[in-house]
Amino acid sequence: MSGAASCLALDGVSKRFGSLSVLEEVSFVIGQGERCGIIGPNGAGKSTLFNIIAGELPLTRGAVRFFGGNITRMPAHARARAGLARTFQTTTLFPKLSVIENIVLALQAHSAERFHLLAPRSRYHSRDREARALLDRVGLASRSNELVDALGYGEKRQVEILLAIAQKPKLLLLDEPTAGLAPGDASLVTEMLKRERGDITIVLIEHDMGVVFDVVERLIVLHHGRVVADGTVEAIRGDDNVQEIYLGGKL
Amino acid sequence: MTLQRRWLIAAGAGFIVALVLPRVGVPTFYISLLTQAWIYAIVAMSLDLLVGFTGLVNFSQAALFGVGAYAVAIAATRYHVVDFFPVVCIGIIAAVVTAAIFGLVALRSEGVGFIIITIALNEIVWGLAYQWVSVSGGDNGITGIVRPPVGPFDVSANTGYYYVCLAFFVISLILLSIIVRSPFGLVLKGVRETPRRMRALGYNVWLYRYFAMMISAGFAGLAGVLFAWYNQFVGPTSLSLDQSTQILIMVILGGIGTLYGQLFGALVVVFLSNELSAVTQRWEMVLGVVYFVVVMYAPGGLVVLVPRLWARLRGLRPAVERT
Repeated sequence: MSGAASCLALDGVSKRFGSLSVLEEVSFVIGQGERCGIIGPNGAGKSTLFNIIAGELPLTRGAVRFFGGNITRMPAHARARAGLARTFQTTTLFPKLSVIENIVLALQAHSAERFHLLAPRSRYHSRDREARALLDRVGLASRSNELVDALGYGEKRQVEILLAIAQKPKLLLLDEPTAGLAPGDASLVTEMLKRERGDITIVLIEHDMGVVFDVVERLIVLHHGRVVADGTVEAIRGDDNVQEIYLGGKL
Repeated sequence: MTLQRRWLIAAGAGFIVALVLPRVGVPTFYISLLTQAWIYAIVAMSLDLLVGFTGLVNFSQAALFGVGAYAVAIAATRYHVVDFFPVVCIGIIAAVVTAAIFGLVALRSEGVGFIIITIALNEIVWGLAYQWVSVSGGDNGITGIVRPPVGPFDVSANTGYYYVCLAFFVISLILLSIIVRSPFGLVLKGVRETPRRMRALGYNVWLYRYFAMMISAGFAGLAGVLFAWYNQFVGPTSLSLDQSTQILIMVILGGIGTLYGQLFGALVVVFLSNELSAVTQRWEMVLGVVYFVVVMYAPGGLVVLVPRLWARLRGLRPAVERT
Protein backbone atom coordinates (compact mmCIF):
# COMPACT_ATOMS: atom_id res chain seq x y z
CA MET A 1 0.00 0.00 0.00
CA SER A 2 2.79 2.38 0.84
CA GLY A 3 3.71 4.63 -2.02
CA ALA A 4 0.84 3.49 -4.25
CA ALA A 5 -2.07 5.86 -4.82
CA SER A 6 -5.19 5.14 -2.84
CA CYS A 7 -7.83 3.53 -5.05
CA LEU A 8 -10.68 3.02 -2.62
CA ALA A 9 -11.01 4.54 0.80
CA LEU A 10 -13.83 3.99 3.28
CA ASP A 11 -14.08 6.47 6.07
CA GLY A 12 -16.22 5.48 9.06
CA VAL A 13 -18.93 3.86 6.97
CA SER A 14 -22.01 2.83 8.95
CA LYS A 15 -25.27 1.38 7.72
CA ARG A 16 -28.46 0.84 9.66
CA PHE A 17 -31.65 -0.80 8.46
CA GLY A 18 -34.12 0.62 10.96
CA SER A 19 -32.81 -0.37 14.37
CA LEU A 20 -30.54 -3.06 12.92
CA SER A 21 -26.96 -1.97 12.56
CA VAL A 22 -25.32 -3.83 9.68
CA LEU A 23 -22.06 -1.92 9.36
CA GLU A 24 -20.35 0.07 12.06
CA GLU A 25 -17.54 2.50 11.47
CA VAL A 26 -15.91 0.52 8.70
CA SER A 27 -12.70 2.21 7.54
CA PHE A 28 -9.93 1.01 5.29
CA VAL A 29 -7.79 2.17 2.39
CA ILE A 30 -7.02 -0.02 -0.60
CA GLY A 31 -4.11 1.02 -2.79
CA GLN A 32 -4.07 0.97 -6.56
CA GLY A 33 -3.27 -2.49 -7.92
CA GLU A 34 -3.81 -4.15 -4.57
CA ARG A 35 -5.74 -7.42 -4.36
CA CYS A 36 -7.75 -7.58 -1.22
CA GLY A 37 -10.18 -10.18 0.13
CA ILE A 38 -13.06 -9.44 2.45
CA ILE A 39 -14.02 -12.43 4.53
CA GLY A 40 -16.33 -13.06 7.45
CA PRO A 41 -19.17 -15.34 8.48
CA ASN A 42 -22.61 -15.09 6.89
CA GLY A 43 -24.38 -11.92 7.95
CA ALA A 44 -21.15 -10.08 8.64
CA GLY A 45 -22.22 -7.31 6.26
CA LYS A 46 -19.97 -8.12 3.30
CA SER A 47 -22.58 -7.83 0.57
CA THR A 48 -24.06 -4.70 2.16
CA LEU A 49 -20.58 -3.22 2.11
CA PHE A 50 -20.28 -3.98 -1.61
CA ASN A 51 -23.67 -2.47 -2.34
CA ILE A 52 -22.58 0.70 -0.55
CA ILE A 53 -19.25 0.88 -2.39
CA ALA A 54 -21.01 0.30 -5.74
CA GLY A 55 -23.63 2.93 -4.96
CA GLU A 56 -26.68 0.68 -4.84
CA LEU A 57 -27.40 1.43 -1.20
CA PRO A 58 -27.17 4.79 0.55
CA LEU A 59 -25.06 4.73 3.69
CA THR A 60 -26.15 6.06 7.06
CA ARG A 61 -22.85 7.70 8.03
CA GLY A 62 -19.35 8.02 6.66
CA ALA A 63 -17.73 8.61 3.28
CA VAL A 64 -16.51 6.62 0.30
CA ARG A 65 -13.58 7.91 -1.76
CA PHE A 66 -12.46 6.66 -5.14
CA PHE A 67 -8.98 7.83 -6.20
CA GLY A 68 -9.33 10.65 -3.72
CA GLY A 69 -12.68 11.90 -5.03
CA ASN A 70 -15.68 11.76 -2.74
CA ILE A 71 -18.26 9.46 -4.37
CA THR A 72 -20.48 9.01 -1.32
CA ARG A 73 -23.54 10.45 -3.07
CA MET A 74 -22.72 9.41 -6.61
CA PRO A 75 -25.33 7.10 -8.24
CA ALA A 76 -24.28 3.56 -9.17
CA HIS A 77 -24.11 4.17 -12.93
CA ALA A 78 -21.85 7.19 -12.50
CA ARG A 79 -19.49 5.15 -10.30
CA ALA A 80 -19.36 2.50 -13.01
CA ARG A 81 -18.58 5.24 -15.52
CA ALA A 82 -15.75 6.41 -13.26
CA GLY A 83 -14.14 2.95 -13.40
CA LEU A 84 -15.77 0.85 -10.72
CA ALA A 85 -17.10 -2.53 -11.85
CA ARG A 86 -18.79 -5.25 -9.84
CA THR A 87 -20.11 -8.76 -10.14
CA PHE A 88 -22.99 -10.22 -8.18
CA GLN A 89 -23.24 -13.11 -5.77
CA THR A 90 -26.26 -14.47 -7.66
CA THR A 91 -25.61 -14.42 -11.39
CA THR A 92 -27.05 -11.16 -12.73
CA LEU A 93 -26.89 -11.34 -16.52
CA PHE A 94 -29.37 -10.66 -19.33
CA PRO A 95 -30.89 -14.15 -19.71
CA LYS A 96 -32.99 -13.52 -22.84
CA LEU A 97 -30.13 -11.89 -24.75
CA SER A 98 -27.39 -13.75 -26.56
CA VAL A 99 -23.96 -14.28 -25.01
CA ILE A 100 -22.38 -11.76 -27.36
CA GLU A 101 -25.11 -9.18 -26.71
CA ASN A 102 -24.38 -9.47 -22.99
CA ILE A 103 -20.72 -8.67 -23.60
CA VAL A 104 -21.52 -5.89 -26.08
CA LEU A 105 -23.72 -4.19 -23.47
CA ALA A 106 -20.70 -4.03 -21.18
CA LEU A 107 -18.37 -2.87 -23.97
CA GLN A 108 -20.57 -0.11 -25.35
CA ALA A 109 -21.50 1.29 -21.94
CA HIS A 110 -18.89 4.03 -22.17
CA SER A 111 -19.21 4.74 -25.88
CA ALA A 112 -21.48 7.22 -27.63
CA GLU A 113 -22.62 4.22 -29.65
CA ARG A 114 -25.13 3.42 -26.91
CA PHE A 115 -27.28 6.29 -28.15
CA HIS A 116 -27.18 5.28 -31.82
CA LEU A 117 -30.68 4.27 -32.76
CA LEU A 118 -30.93 4.55 -36.53
CA ALA A 119 -28.48 1.83 -37.59
CA PRO A 120 -28.88 -1.87 -36.81
CA ARG A 121 -26.25 -3.45 -34.58
CA SER A 122 -25.25 -5.78 -37.38
CA ARG A 123 -23.27 -2.84 -38.81
CA TYR A 124 -21.02 -2.64 -35.77
CA HIS A 125 -18.52 -5.30 -36.79
CA SER A 126 -15.56 -4.10 -34.76
CA ARG A 127 -17.63 -4.09 -31.58
CA ASP A 128 -18.63 -7.71 -32.25
CA ARG A 129 -15.01 -8.67 -32.92
CA GLU A 130 -13.96 -7.11 -29.64
CA ALA A 131 -16.69 -9.08 -27.83
CA ARG A 132 -15.68 -12.35 -29.52
CA ALA A 133 -12.06 -11.82 -28.56
CA LEU A 134 -13.09 -11.48 -24.93
CA LEU A 135 -15.28 -14.58 -25.13
CA ASP A 136 -12.41 -16.41 -26.73
CA ARG A 137 -10.38 -15.93 -23.56
CA VAL A 138 -12.79 -18.21 -21.69
CA GLY A 139 -13.48 -20.50 -24.64
CA LEU A 140 -17.04 -19.30 -25.19
CA ALA A 141 -16.58 -17.60 -28.59
CA SER A 142 -18.26 -20.49 -30.38
CA ARG A 143 -21.38 -19.99 -28.28
CA SER A 144 -21.68 -16.24 -28.97
CA ASN A 145 -25.11 -16.47 -30.53
CA GLU A 146 -26.73 -18.70 -27.96
CA LEU A 147 -28.94 -17.24 -25.26
CA VAL A 148 -27.14 -16.76 -21.96
CA ASP A 149 -29.93 -18.85 -20.44
CA ALA A 150 -28.64 -21.83 -22.44
CA LEU A 151 -25.19 -21.71 -20.85
CA GLY A 152 -24.20 -23.98 -17.99
CA TYR A 153 -23.93 -22.57 -14.48
CA GLY A 154 -20.14 -22.45 -14.54
CA GLU A 155 -20.14 -20.70 -17.91
CA LYS A 156 -22.62 -18.13 -16.62
CA ARG A 157 -20.31 -17.42 -13.69
CA GLN A 158 -17.49 -16.82 -16.17
CA VAL A 159 -19.65 -14.45 -18.23
CA GLU A 160 -20.62 -12.71 -14.99
CA ILE A 161 -16.96 -11.83 -14.45
CA LEU A 162 -16.26 -11.21 -18.13
CA LEU A 163 -18.90 -8.46 -18.19
CA ALA A 164 -17.11 -6.64 -15.40
CA ILE A 165 -13.73 -7.12 -17.12
CA ALA A 166 -15.21 -5.79 -20.37
CA GLN A 167 -15.91 -2.53 -18.56
CA LYS A 168 -12.13 -2.04 -18.33
CA PRO A 169 -12.43 -1.03 -14.70
CA LYS A 170 -9.87 0.46 -12.36
CA LEU A 171 -11.51 -1.27 -9.43
CA LEU A 172 -13.14 -4.67 -9.68
CA LEU A 173 -15.50 -5.78 -6.91
CA LEU A 174 -16.16 -9.52 -7.00
CA ASP A 175 -18.97 -10.85 -4.83
CA GLU A 176 -18.34 -14.57 -4.31
CA PRO A 177 -17.28 -15.27 -7.90
CA THR A 178 -17.04 -19.03 -7.29
CA ALA A 179 -20.28 -19.39 -5.31
CA GLY A 180 -21.89 -22.71 -6.16
CA LEU A 181 -19.13 -23.84 -8.50
CA ALA A 182 -17.56 -27.28 -8.63
CA PRO A 183 -13.83 -27.21 -7.66
CA GLY A 184 -12.74 -27.56 -11.29
CA ASP A 185 -14.85 -24.59 -12.38
CA ALA A 186 -13.69 -22.56 -9.41
CA SER A 187 -10.11 -22.85 -10.61
CA LEU A 188 -11.18 -21.56 -14.04
CA VAL A 189 -12.41 -18.41 -12.33
CA THR A 190 -9.21 -18.13 -10.33
CA GLU A 191 -7.14 -18.42 -13.50
CA MET A 192 -9.28 -15.71 -15.11
CA LEU A 193 -8.59 -13.32 -12.25
CA LYS A 194 -4.88 -14.04 -12.13
CA ARG A 195 -4.58 -13.24 -15.82
CA GLU A 196 -5.88 -9.68 -15.31
CA ARG A 197 -3.46 -6.78 -15.61
CA GLY A 198 -1.52 -5.79 -12.55
CA ASP A 199 -2.92 -2.27 -12.25
CA ILE A 200 -6.50 -3.39 -11.70
CA THR A 201 -7.44 -3.21 -8.06
CA ILE A 202 -9.46 -6.23 -7.00
CA VAL A 203 -11.65 -6.54 -3.93
CA LEU A 204 -13.02 -10.02 -3.44
CA ILE A 205 -15.70 -11.47 -1.18
CA GLU A 206 -15.21 -15.21 -1.04
CA HIS A 207 -15.91 -18.17 1.17
CA ASP A 208 -13.65 -20.57 -0.70
CA MET A 209 -10.33 -20.03 1.06
CA GLY A 210 -8.46 -21.78 -1.72
CA VAL A 211 -9.57 -19.04 -4.11
CA VAL A 212 -8.87 -16.33 -1.56
CA PHE A 213 -5.29 -17.45 -0.90
CA ASP A 214 -4.73 -17.89 -4.61
CA VAL A 215 -5.86 -14.42 -5.67
CA VAL A 216 -5.37 -11.93 -2.86
CA GLU A 217 -2.45 -10.71 -0.80
CA ARG A 218 -4.39 -8.85 1.88
CA LEU A 219 -7.43 -9.79 3.95
CA ILE A 220 -10.01 -7.71 5.78
CA VAL A 221 -12.15 -9.68 8.23
CA LEU A 222 -15.67 -8.43 8.93
CA HIS A 223 -17.68 -9.64 11.90
CA HIS A 224 -21.02 -8.22 13.04
CA GLY A 225 -20.47 -5.24 10.75
CA ARG A 226 -17.06 -4.31 12.13
CA VAL A 227 -13.53 -4.74 10.82
CA VAL A 228 -11.97 -7.15 13.29
CA ALA A 229 -8.73 -7.80 11.43
CA ASP A 230 -6.89 -6.29 8.48
CA GLY A 231 -3.52 -7.46 7.26
CA THR A 232 -1.54 -9.72 4.99
CA VAL A 233 -2.87 -13.19 4.32
CA GLU A 234 -0.14 -14.68 6.52
CA ALA A 235 -0.89 -12.37 9.41
CA ILE A 236 -4.63 -13.11 9.27
CA ARG A 237 -4.02 -16.84 9.12
CA GLY A 238 -2.16 -16.60 12.38
CA ASP A 239 -4.69 -14.32 14.08
CA ASP A 240 -6.29 -16.07 17.07
CA ASN A 241 -9.28 -13.76 17.11
CA VAL A 242 -10.10 -14.65 13.49
CA GLN A 243 -9.72 -18.36 14.27
CA GLU A 244 -12.23 -17.83 17.07
CA ILE A 245 -14.76 -16.19 14.71
CA TYR A 246 -14.55 -19.12 12.36
CA LEU A 247 -15.33 -21.41 15.31
CA GLY A 248 -11.88 -22.76 15.62
CA GLY A 249 -11.81 -23.84 11.98
CA LYS A 250 -8.23 -23.57 10.70
CA LEU A 251 -8.00 -21.13 7.83
CA MET B 1 -34.25 -20.37 -47.03
CA THR B 2 -33.44 -18.61 -43.77
CA LEU B 3 -36.14 -17.62 -41.36
CA GLN B 4 -35.35 -13.96 -41.91
CA ARG B 5 -35.74 -14.21 -45.69
CA ARG B 6 -39.00 -16.07 -45.29
CA TRP B 7 -40.31 -13.23 -43.14
CA LEU B 8 -39.18 -10.61 -45.66
CA ILE B 9 -40.97 -12.42 -48.44
CA ALA B 10 -44.12 -12.77 -46.32
CA ALA B 11 -43.98 -9.06 -45.43
CA GLY B 12 -43.47 -8.11 -49.09
CA ALA B 13 -46.40 -10.25 -50.18
CA GLY B 14 -48.57 -8.79 -47.43
CA PHE B 15 -47.64 -5.29 -48.50
CA ILE B 16 -48.57 -5.98 -52.14
CA VAL B 17 -51.91 -7.43 -51.06
CA ALA B 18 -52.49 -4.33 -48.94
CA LEU B 19 -51.68 -2.15 -51.96
CA VAL B 20 -54.13 -3.83 -54.35
CA LEU B 21 -57.02 -4.41 -51.92
CA PRO B 22 -58.82 -1.10 -52.64
CA ARG B 23 -58.42 -1.73 -56.38
CA VAL B 24 -60.06 -5.15 -56.51
CA GLY B 25 -63.53 -4.29 -55.35
CA VAL B 26 -63.22 -4.73 -51.60
CA PRO B 27 -66.18 -2.83 -50.11
CA THR B 28 -65.45 0.62 -48.73
CA PHE B 29 -66.58 -0.52 -45.29
CA TYR B 30 -63.70 -2.98 -45.11
CA ILE B 31 -61.22 -0.52 -46.57
CA SER B 32 -62.25 1.81 -43.80
CA LEU B 33 -61.77 -0.88 -41.15
CA LEU B 34 -58.34 -1.70 -42.58
CA THR B 35 -57.42 1.99 -42.40
CA GLN B 36 -58.37 1.89 -38.74
CA ALA B 37 -56.22 -1.21 -38.29
CA TRP B 38 -53.14 0.51 -39.81
CA ILE B 39 -53.64 3.40 -37.37
CA TYR B 40 -54.13 1.17 -34.34
CA ALA B 41 -51.18 -0.96 -35.40
CA ILE B 42 -48.95 2.14 -35.21
CA VAL B 43 -50.04 2.99 -31.68
CA ALA B 44 -49.85 -0.68 -30.64
CA MET B 45 -46.28 -0.89 -31.98
CA SER B 46 -45.42 2.29 -30.11
CA LEU B 47 -46.66 0.64 -26.91
CA ASP B 48 -44.77 -2.54 -27.75
CA LEU B 49 -41.53 -0.53 -27.73
CA LEU B 50 -42.23 0.12 -24.04
CA VAL B 51 -43.88 -3.15 -22.97
CA GLY B 52 -41.95 -5.60 -25.09
CA PHE B 53 -38.55 -3.96 -25.40
CA THR B 54 -38.11 -1.68 -22.38
CA GLY B 55 -40.19 -3.56 -19.82
CA LEU B 56 -42.52 -0.66 -19.03
CA VAL B 57 -46.25 -1.46 -18.95
CA ASN B 58 -47.68 1.92 -19.82
CA PHE B 59 -51.39 2.53 -19.41
CA SER B 60 -51.23 6.12 -20.60
CA GLN B 61 -50.67 5.37 -24.29
CA ALA B 62 -54.23 6.44 -25.18
CA ALA B 63 -53.59 9.83 -23.58
CA LEU B 64 -50.59 10.34 -25.89
CA PHE B 65 -52.61 9.08 -28.86
CA GLY B 66 -55.44 11.42 -27.86
CA VAL B 67 -53.11 14.40 -27.42
CA GLY B 68 -51.98 13.84 -31.02
CA ALA B 69 -55.60 13.71 -32.15
CA TYR B 70 -56.66 16.79 -30.18
CA ALA B 71 -53.62 18.65 -31.48
CA VAL B 72 -54.97 18.23 -35.02
CA ALA B 73 -58.40 19.47 -34.03
CA ILE B 74 -57.19 22.43 -31.99
CA ALA B 75 -54.58 23.44 -34.58
CA ALA B 76 -57.23 23.38 -37.29
CA THR B 77 -60.17 25.00 -35.49
CA ARG B 78 -58.30 27.59 -33.40
CA TYR B 79 -55.15 28.39 -35.31
CA HIS B 80 -56.13 27.42 -38.84
CA VAL B 81 -53.06 25.23 -39.23
CA VAL B 82 -54.37 22.56 -41.56
CA ASP B 83 -51.53 21.59 -43.90
CA PHE B 84 -50.61 17.93 -43.79
CA PHE B 85 -46.98 17.84 -42.72
CA PRO B 86 -47.05 20.78 -40.26
CA VAL B 87 -50.03 19.19 -38.51
CA VAL B 88 -48.30 15.79 -38.36
CA CYS B 89 -45.30 17.48 -36.74
CA ILE B 90 -47.47 19.39 -34.27
CA GLY B 91 -49.26 16.19 -33.25
CA ILE B 92 -46.01 14.29 -32.75
CA ILE B 93 -44.40 17.12 -30.80
CA ALA B 94 -47.48 17.53 -28.59
CA ALA B 95 -47.41 13.84 -27.70
CA VAL B 96 -43.65 13.82 -27.08
CA VAL B 97 -43.89 16.85 -24.79
CA THR B 98 -46.75 15.20 -22.90
CA ALA B 99 -44.68 12.03 -22.51
CA ALA B 100 -41.73 14.11 -21.28
CA ILE B 101 -43.98 15.35 -18.47
CA PHE B 102 -45.51 11.90 -17.86
CA GLY B 103 -42.05 10.36 -17.66
CA LEU B 104 -40.91 12.78 -14.96
CA VAL B 105 -43.82 11.64 -12.78
CA ALA B 106 -44.21 7.96 -13.68
CA LEU B 107 -40.54 6.98 -13.80
CA ARG B 108 -40.09 7.86 -10.16
CA SER B 109 -41.46 4.40 -9.69
CA GLU B 110 -41.22 1.04 -11.44
CA GLY B 111 -43.26 -2.15 -11.81
CA VAL B 112 -46.77 -1.94 -10.37
CA GLY B 113 -46.18 1.60 -9.14
CA PHE B 114 -45.41 2.71 -12.68
CA ILE B 115 -48.60 1.08 -13.97
CA ILE B 116 -50.77 2.81 -11.35
CA ILE B 117 -49.21 6.21 -12.03
CA THR B 118 -49.73 5.87 -15.78
CA ILE B 119 -53.38 4.93 -15.17
CA ALA B 120 -53.75 8.09 -13.08
CA LEU B 121 -52.02 10.22 -15.74
CA ASN B 122 -54.34 8.87 -18.42
CA GLU B 123 -57.34 9.72 -16.25
CA ILE B 124 -56.06 13.25 -15.74
CA VAL B 125 -55.74 13.85 -19.47
CA TRP B 126 -59.14 12.28 -20.05
CA GLY B 127 -60.57 14.56 -17.35
CA LEU B 128 -59.10 17.58 -19.13
CA ALA B 129 -60.56 16.52 -22.46
CA TYR B 130 -63.93 15.87 -20.86
CA GLN B 131 -64.23 18.96 -18.72
CA TRP B 132 -62.08 21.73 -20.21
CA VAL B 133 -64.93 22.50 -22.57
CA SER B 134 -63.58 25.79 -23.89
CA VAL B 135 -60.56 24.04 -25.37
CA SER B 136 -61.69 20.48 -26.02
CA GLY B 137 -65.41 20.85 -26.63
CA GLY B 138 -66.01 18.54 -23.67
CA ASP B 139 -68.12 15.48 -24.30
CA ASN B 140 -69.13 16.82 -27.72
CA GLY B 141 -65.53 16.84 -28.85
CA ILE B 142 -64.37 18.82 -31.86
CA THR B 143 -65.90 18.31 -35.26
CA GLY B 144 -65.16 19.69 -38.68
CA ILE B 145 -61.67 18.30 -39.13
CA VAL B 146 -60.87 18.00 -42.82
CA ARG B 147 -58.30 15.62 -44.31
CA PRO B 148 -55.77 17.89 -46.02
CA PRO B 149 -54.10 16.97 -49.30
CA VAL B 150 -50.65 15.35 -49.12
CA GLY B 151 -48.62 17.49 -51.50
CA PRO B 152 -50.45 17.23 -54.84
CA PHE B 153 -52.59 14.23 -53.76
CA ASP B 154 -56.15 14.59 -52.61
CA VAL B 155 -56.68 12.00 -49.87
CA SER B 156 -60.05 13.14 -48.62
CA ALA B 157 -61.72 10.00 -49.98
CA ASN B 158 -61.47 6.73 -48.07
CA THR B 159 -59.23 5.00 -50.62
CA GLY B 160 -56.70 7.80 -50.72
CA TYR B 161 -56.63 8.03 -46.96
CA TYR B 162 -56.19 4.26 -46.74
CA TYR B 163 -52.89 4.62 -48.60
CA VAL B 164 -51.74 7.46 -46.35
CA CYS B 165 -52.25 5.34 -43.25
CA LEU B 166 -50.71 2.27 -44.87
CA ALA B 167 -47.63 4.34 -45.77
CA PHE B 168 -47.25 5.65 -42.22
CA PHE B 169 -47.71 2.15 -40.83
CA VAL B 170 -44.94 0.79 -43.05
CA ILE B 171 -42.61 3.70 -42.22
CA SER B 172 -43.30 3.26 -38.50
CA LEU B 173 -42.71 -0.49 -38.68
CA ILE B 174 -39.39 0.00 -40.48
CA LEU B 175 -38.21 2.77 -38.13
CA LEU B 176 -39.17 0.87 -34.99
CA SER B 177 -37.61 -2.34 -36.33
CA ILE B 178 -34.33 -0.49 -36.85
CA ILE B 179 -34.51 1.14 -33.42
CA VAL B 180 -35.00 -2.17 -31.59
CA ARG B 181 -32.07 -3.68 -33.50
CA SER B 182 -29.76 -0.71 -32.93
CA PRO B 183 -27.20 -0.34 -30.12
CA PHE B 184 -29.75 1.85 -28.35
CA GLY B 185 -32.36 -0.89 -28.79
CA LEU B 186 -29.97 -3.36 -27.18
CA VAL B 187 -29.70 -0.99 -24.22
CA LEU B 188 -33.50 -0.96 -23.93
CA LYS B 189 -33.57 -4.76 -23.91
CA GLY B 190 -30.89 -4.75 -21.22
CA VAL B 191 -33.03 -2.37 -19.17
CA ARG B 192 -36.00 -4.68 -19.67
CA GLU B 193 -34.04 -7.77 -18.61
CA THR B 194 -31.89 -6.68 -15.69
CA PRO B 195 -31.92 -2.99 -14.75
CA ARG B 196 -29.67 -3.68 -11.77
CA ARG B 197 -26.85 -5.00 -13.97
CA MET B 198 -27.34 -2.13 -16.40
CA ARG B 199 -26.67 0.33 -13.58
CA ALA B 200 -23.59 -1.64 -12.59
CA LEU B 201 -22.38 -1.42 -16.20
CA GLY B 202 -22.72 2.36 -16.15
CA TYR B 203 -26.06 2.92 -17.84
CA ASN B 204 -28.41 5.56 -16.48
CA VAL B 205 -31.48 3.31 -16.51
CA TRP B 206 -33.88 6.17 -15.78
CA LEU B 207 -32.67 8.14 -18.78
CA TYR B 208 -33.14 5.27 -21.24
CA ARG B 209 -36.65 4.61 -19.97
CA TYR B 210 -37.36 8.32 -20.36
CA PHE B 211 -36.05 8.36 -23.94
CA ALA B 212 -38.04 5.23 -24.75
CA MET B 213 -41.21 6.87 -23.46
CA MET B 214 -40.66 9.92 -25.67
CA ILE B 215 -39.83 7.92 -28.78
CA SER B 216 -42.87 5.75 -28.18
CA ALA B 217 -45.01 8.85 -27.71
CA GLY B 218 -43.88 10.21 -31.08
CA PHE B 219 -45.40 7.21 -32.83
CA ALA B 220 -48.50 7.28 -30.60
CA GLY B 221 -48.98 10.95 -31.45
CA LEU B 222 -48.61 10.21 -35.16
CA ALA B 223 -51.30 7.55 -34.88
CA GLY B 224 -53.50 10.03 -33.03
CA VAL B 225 -53.13 12.57 -35.84
CA LEU B 226 -54.13 9.95 -38.41
CA PHE B 227 -57.04 8.89 -36.21
CA ALA B 228 -58.40 12.45 -35.98
CA TRP B 229 -58.37 12.78 -39.76
CA TYR B 230 -59.82 9.31 -40.11
CA ASN B 231 -62.88 10.11 -37.98
CA GLN B 232 -62.88 13.81 -38.90
CA PHE B 233 -63.82 14.21 -35.27
CA VAL B 234 -62.07 14.03 -31.89
CA GLY B 235 -63.80 13.18 -28.62
CA PRO B 236 -62.75 12.16 -25.13
CA THR B 237 -63.31 8.44 -25.80
CA SER B 238 -60.21 8.48 -28.04
CA LEU B 239 -58.05 8.98 -24.94
CA SER B 240 -60.03 7.05 -22.35
CA LEU B 241 -58.50 4.41 -20.13
CA ASP B 242 -60.60 1.90 -22.09
CA GLN B 243 -58.67 2.93 -25.17
CA SER B 244 -55.35 2.40 -23.34
CA THR B 245 -56.49 -1.06 -22.31
CA GLN B 246 -57.58 -1.81 -25.86
CA ILE B 247 -54.14 -0.84 -27.19
CA LEU B 248 -52.48 -3.05 -24.59
CA ILE B 249 -54.79 -5.93 -25.57
CA MET B 250 -53.67 -5.52 -29.20
CA VAL B 251 -50.05 -5.76 -28.05
CA ILE B 252 -50.72 -8.90 -26.01
CA LEU B 253 -52.82 -10.52 -28.75
CA GLY B 254 -50.34 -9.72 -31.48
CA GLY B 255 -47.30 -10.84 -29.53
CA ILE B 256 -45.33 -8.78 -27.02
CA GLY B 257 -41.91 -7.78 -28.32
CA THR B 258 -42.58 -8.61 -31.97
CA LEU B 259 -43.61 -5.19 -33.42
CA TYR B 260 -45.05 -6.64 -36.64
CA GLY B 261 -47.35 -8.82 -34.55
CA GLN B 262 -49.17 -5.66 -33.49
CA LEU B 263 -50.72 -5.50 -36.94
CA PHE B 264 -52.44 -8.83 -36.28
CA GLY B 265 -53.51 -7.63 -32.85
CA ALA B 266 -54.98 -4.47 -34.36
CA LEU B 267 -56.70 -6.36 -37.20
CA VAL B 268 -58.31 -8.84 -34.82
CA VAL B 269 -59.55 -6.20 -32.39
CA VAL B 270 -60.82 -3.81 -35.08
CA PHE B 271 -62.53 -6.47 -37.19
CA LEU B 272 -63.95 -8.53 -34.35
CA SER B 273 -65.37 -5.54 -32.51
CA ASN B 274 -67.01 -4.23 -35.69
CA GLU B 275 -68.27 -7.55 -37.03
CA LEU B 276 -69.43 -8.90 -33.69
CA SER B 277 -71.26 -5.73 -32.74
CA ALA B 278 -73.33 -6.14 -35.91
CA VAL B 279 -74.30 -9.68 -34.89
CA THR B 280 -74.86 -9.51 -31.16
CA GLN B 281 -75.25 -6.92 -28.43
CA ARG B 282 -73.07 -9.03 -26.19
CA TRP B 283 -70.08 -8.70 -28.51
CA GLU B 284 -67.80 -7.46 -25.76
CA MET B 285 -68.35 -10.72 -23.91
CA VAL B 286 -67.42 -12.70 -27.00
CA LEU B 287 -64.31 -10.54 -27.42
CA GLY B 288 -63.37 -11.31 -23.85
CA VAL B 289 -63.57 -15.02 -24.53
CA VAL B 290 -61.42 -14.62 -27.66
CA TYR B 291 -58.74 -12.74 -25.69
CA PHE B 292 -58.85 -15.40 -23.02
CA VAL B 293 -58.44 -18.24 -25.52
CA VAL B 294 -55.51 -16.53 -27.25
CA VAL B 295 -53.69 -15.82 -23.99
CA MET B 296 -54.30 -19.39 -22.80
CA TYR B 297 -53.33 -21.22 -25.96
CA ALA B 298 -50.94 -18.83 -27.68
CA PRO B 299 -49.35 -16.87 -24.83
CA GLY B 300 -46.68 -15.57 -27.19
CA GLY B 301 -49.43 -13.89 -29.25
CA LEU B 302 -51.03 -14.59 -32.58
CA VAL B 303 -47.76 -14.39 -34.48
CA VAL B 304 -46.38 -17.49 -32.80
CA LEU B 305 -49.30 -19.37 -34.32
CA VAL B 306 -48.13 -18.64 -37.86
CA PRO B 307 -44.81 -20.53 -37.74
CA ARG B 308 -46.48 -23.22 -35.63
CA LEU B 309 -49.24 -23.81 -38.19
CA TRP B 310 -46.73 -23.64 -41.01
CA ALA B 311 -44.58 -26.24 -39.28
CA ARG B 312 -47.56 -28.49 -38.66
CA LEU B 313 -48.54 -28.26 -42.32
CA ARG B 314 -45.08 -29.38 -43.29
CA GLY B 315 -44.82 -31.91 -40.51
CA LEU B 316 -41.95 -30.12 -38.83
CA ARG B 317 -41.20 -29.09 -35.30
CA PRO B 318 -41.45 -25.32 -34.87
CA ALA B 319 -38.15 -23.49 -34.91
CA VAL B 320 -37.36 -21.91 -31.57
CA GLU B 321 -37.44 -18.17 -32.00
CA ARG B 322 -35.40 -15.68 -30.16
CA THR B 323 -36.80 -12.41 -28.86
